[in-house]
Amino acid sequence: MKLSEHHPTIPAEVSKTLGARLHGWAVTVDHKRLGIMYVCFGLVFFVIGGLEGALMRAQLAQAAGKIVDPATFNQLFTMHGTTMVFLVGMPMLLGMANYLIPLMIGARDMAFPRLNAFGLWLFVFGAILLYFSYVGAQGLYGTGAAPDVGWFAYAPLTNRTFSPGSATDYWILGIMVSGFGSITTAINLLATILVMRCPGMTLMRLPLLAWMMLVVSVLVIIAIPVLTGAQIMLLLDRSLGMHFFDTQNGGSSILWQHLFWFFGHPEVYILVLPAFGFFSEVIPVFSRKVIFGYPLMVAATVAIGFISLGVWAHHMFAIGMSPALNAFFAASTLLIAVPTGIKIFNWIGTMIGGQIIFATPMLFATAFLGIFTFGGLTGIMLAIVPFTWQLSDSYFVVGHFHYVLFGGTVFGIFSGLFYWFPKATGRMLSERLGKWFFWLLFIGFNLTFFPMHISGILGMPRRIYMYQPDRGLELWNMLSSIGVIVQGLGISLFVWNVILSLRRGKIAGNDPWNAWTLEWATTSPPPEWNFDQIPTVGSARPLWDIKNPTDPDSHQEVQA
Amino acid sequence: MSSLSHPALPTEVWRPARGKVGMVCLIAAESCIFLTFVVAYLFYIGKSATGPQPAQVLGLGLVIVNSIALISSSFTAMTAVKMLERGAQAKCWLWLALTIGLGSFFVVGTAWEWAGLMRDHGLYPTTNLFGTTFYSLVGLHLFHVVVGLILLSTVFVLGVLGWVKPRHAGAFDLVSWYWHFVDAVWVVVFVTVYVIGR
Repeated sequence: MKLSEHHPTIPAEVSKTLGARLHGWAVTVDHKRLGIMYVCFGLVFFVIGGLEGALMRAQLAQAAGKIVDPATFNQLFTMHGTTMVFLVGMPMLLGMANYLIPLMIGARDMAFPRLNAFGLWLFVFGAILLYFSYVGAQGLYGTGAAPDVGWFAYAPLTNRTFSPGSATDYWILGIMVSGFGSITTAINLLATILVMRCPGMTLMRLPLLAWMMLVVSVLVIIAIPVLTGAQIMLLLDRSLGMHFFDTQNGGSSILWQHLFWFFGHPEVYILVLPAFGFFSEVIPVFSRKVIFGYPLMVAATVAIGFISLGVWAHHMFAIGMSPALNAFFAASTLLIAVPTGIKIFNWIGTMIGGQIIFATPMLFATAFLGIFTFGGLTGIMLAIVPFTWQLSDSYFVVGHFHYVLFGGTVFGIFSGLFYWFPKATGRMLSERLGKWFFWLLFIGFNLTFFPMHISGILGMPRRIYMYQPDRGLELWNMLSSIGVIVQGLGISLFVWNVILSLRRGKIAGNDPWNAWTLEWATTSPPPEWNFDQIPTVGSARPLWDIKNPTDPDSHQEVQA
Repeated sequence: MSSLSHPALPTEVWRPARGKVGMVCLIAAESCIFLTFVVAYLFYIGKSATGPQPAQVLGLGLVIVNSIALISSSFTAMTAVKMLERGAQAKCWLWLALTIGLGSFFVVGTAWEWAGLMRDHGLYPTTNLFGTTFYSLVGLHLFHVVVGLILLSTVFVLGVLGWVKPRHAGAFDLVSWYWHFVDAVWVVVFVTVYVIGR
């Protein structure tokens, strides 16, 4: 059953000097090492972006807060959003896929290993560019100014007149470079999934994570270049004096919104579909049942990918589009709830009748089902045009997208990290600390983001640096800020858990969760070449077939 | 316990070539960047606050000659790939040189056109929205022509040095795909700028 006889007791490189080991990481083209670097990179920026969010919550905890000045606050929400989307979500998800996909499809590496390394270092370079603005950029008040135009950088605010200096240029270039990293990684993932599958791994036997990454890759290839194109236009405006978004010379700020959200809405699905993939691996294993409705899950994923390209202008209901456009984008937005609902029901269908084991990955998955449904429902509310007219740019919207992006993407990432950490490191994360972490994060998350819906309905606009007392907003803002402290405690426990488990965690063995996909067939951590012998599979659950020779899936598949 | 191998299944299975998949994806991503600029061009037709307007300054003569040169270079590139596949290297380098020559002609021709627009009509990227969208869309394409020429010239130099063998025909073919893409984009740019926008 073992596909690798390699025993990773003491890696050979322990004997090497620190310099040689660092050099090894810097020049590696191994998808697993690159994946681990992506994840570490993403976690570092998760903490940085989290601290930016925490500072904002500190400022807003009380009415007329005096912790940061308005200019700093503008930089904080810009950097928080930009960091979380481009330097946390993208690298974490693409990095985990990078680590897992070749193992799951029985390949020795990605299709283009050197391009893979190039993608990672582009991400790092883009991040450095963006954060260098804190010391190097010229801003409104001189040097040392981070971008302050919001993560979607609406025109004409980004015009030279209103954003003098170079802070906005750092935003453009940093995101553009990291975008090139995303595109190369997506091309690589797509080619890997299509070309590198082991014998017998037909498309309908692909693990669902691979299917979802396939759709995500297509979305990245279509959506990110549009942002890149729009950013090139903005750069030309700012540095060569062109007029794309220059309203003084006939340019249109609406065009920027269309181009940005044509990228921006598929981006939401780029960020959440990989998490769907993680849950689709976790839920069956911890329910001890095969995934319910595999073909329907695949179809729903493709449908989400397709529809997500036609909903972007629901971000723009408040700008006064024609009724026909409003109706179209409201309808398409409501439509996307259908395949998403199919998925939710399939996951629940998988759990029904299963012998559910509430280990930490499954706790996150179960919580996700509730939280994401809630976030999806507020999303449907926001698809109703007059509702958006009332609540556009309010804290209701902030609450909504944190429910889907935190409750979907971040919960998915943590579920996946707990599930695959043993594979990547050879040691288990502590379950006791993991459960504490889950409950702290779950409670802190709801405490932070649920009150935002209420403060939003009460009329609190997003991106304000302070509010007057006696507007009925104090209680909800105070609750949100307390929630951040609870989340912070949880995240600290997670960091402590990782450090502790890397040193003293239980040895995992090849297959600690008694799972079914190919990554669990090799050693933990896998050797550099993944599999001594390229496997051949006969079903979607090759390890089930081996463990249950009298009742293999492959046999049923033949009969069906 | 049984191993993860099923003798009943063939171990050799057909998969698309990864180079081709990668190149198709790259072309798709590039197409989306171009589409962004085409959409901006179409969006801003007739919205310039001041002159000159496209119909006043854009001539068709030079650009049609340019277009013929660029489109022909796709056929010469195709022939060059075929020659390499057949093992006729000397002929391949000849066709490749012709391709590079036609591509360079296009670059020079476009430079000529731009110089005329600036000198005779005072149309600069900063003049009005027409200038902005015209120079950026045609310039983006020109940038890709130059990248394609660098790729083709690399193959040419390596070929003349004797390092390109018929077994490299697959890789050379991928370079030619990129070149065909650059040509196909020109058709779209031409229709956008000189037919719809004029």
